[in-house]
Amino acid sequence: MTDTINIYVEQDNGERIALEAPTDMGLSVMEVLKANEFDVQAVCGGMAICATCHVEVLQSGELPEMNDDEAYMLETLPHATESSRLSCQLRVNPELDGLVVRIMPEA
Amino acid sequence: MNRIITDICIVGAGPVGLFAVFEAGLLKMRCHVVDALPAVGGQLSEIYPKKPIYDIPGFPEILAGDLIKNLEKQIAPFHPTFTLGERVEHLNKQEDGSFIVSTVDGTEIACKVVVIAGGLGSFEPRKPAIENLEKYEGKGVTYMVRDPEHFRDKRVVLAGGGDSALDWAIYLSGLCKELTLVHRGTTFRGAPESAEKVVTLAEEAQIKLLLKSNVTEVHGEENLEKVTVLIDNATPHEIEADYFIPLFGLVPKLGPLENWGLELEKNAILVNTEDYSTNIPGVYAIGDINTYPGKLKLILCGFHEAALMAQSAYNILNPGKKFVLKYTTVNGIQELQA
Repeated sequence: MTDTINIYVEQDNGERIALEAPTDMGLSVMEVLKANEFDVQAVCGGMAICATCHVEVLQSGELPEMNDDEAYMLETLPHATESSRLSCQLRVNPELDGLVVRIMPEA
Repeated sequence: MNRIITDICIVGAGPVGLFAVFEAGLLKMRCHVVDALPAVGGQLSEIYPKKPIYDIPGFPEILAGDLIKNLEKQIAPFHPTFTLGERVEHLNKQEDGSFIVSTVDGTEIACKVVVIAGGLGSFEPRKPAIENLEKYEGKGVTYMVRDPEHFRDKRVVLAGGGDSALDWAIYLSGLCKELTLVHRGTTFRGAPESAEKVVTLAEEAQIKLLLKSNVTEVHGEENLEKVTVLIDNATPHEIEADYFIPLFGLVPKLGPLENWGLELEKNAILVNTEDYSTNIPGVYAIGDINTYPGKLKLILCGFHEAALMAQSAYNILNPGKKFVLKYTTVNGIQELQA
């Protein structure tokens, strides 16, 4: 299969867990995290209104630009960092191969 | 005190709550619907009324707002009653097995069956992770500005960088004795004119603006007395304050429903898929707020859940009577008396 990429989730102990994600299903990173049973609530289901899928991007290639909804949401979060993203807004595509994220705690 | 008597109290006026009125109505059960929002429709009205939905059976495409309008029309023959703009707080089971649901404003709904169709839950202020913050709630720490006059001639620290932080900073600057706005970033993404105004007020020394800063500690004997702000992740700085108002937006939470004794799993209510009943007999949960193996958070699944819930609720309201499925194509819709 050529149309899968690897996404890594860094744990608190520094260990990185590799996830395979198909690029042809229109999935978001949030959906991949949920499918792999990570503790991501994603209460709103991907509308960028709850921030319960907040991740910190530790390593990546070119990421898609943030839309206004995501930017506003991140702006309101007390503990967001410069590399924070809402994983529901990151579509799985070949450019995301090798992405490393840390799941941020809910404030 | 406002008291309502009905058969079924539906908590949540989103599409699934509204459709539950229809399914109940077909079986001649009356419904009262409560919602914390001031209008029906839930997130469809509040968040995405102009977005098209493509997976409602029979509608190749329908705007969320139009789906709600249609549902209102569809349930009109059953004359549901509504309490809008009031969040439910308590569920009290009576000795006879019926319930009293009460709202934050004291409205009481006496009913035989409770159906929770609460969607995402209610929107609650997001609280920053600061040690002992909750200890000062109501004693100087508050998450919203209800009455600005409350802060007149006080020393207030606001935190946040969104629109509401900017708007309140501007408003309160003319009122407070001392106003500090603490913002994690260096810029504001909110409305540009509000951001500019805040910067101007800071230049005029009407607001003390601390950028690249975070409130990290709160202190005080009984009431809040001061907060510690970490500037540029380096210098801790103490600010005397009567009030600390973190404004970090809202996050959907189960809220008071968490204390109803319902079995929960990952912030959702566990149900039996036979009839979407919860662990409390007479209380059902349908739509996005419930969970079960294979759950899909889709409006159409919520509609299905409403139909199964209604036939089970019928057995509670009509003990001993046999439930007979009637098709609307055969019987039409029989209006309930208003």
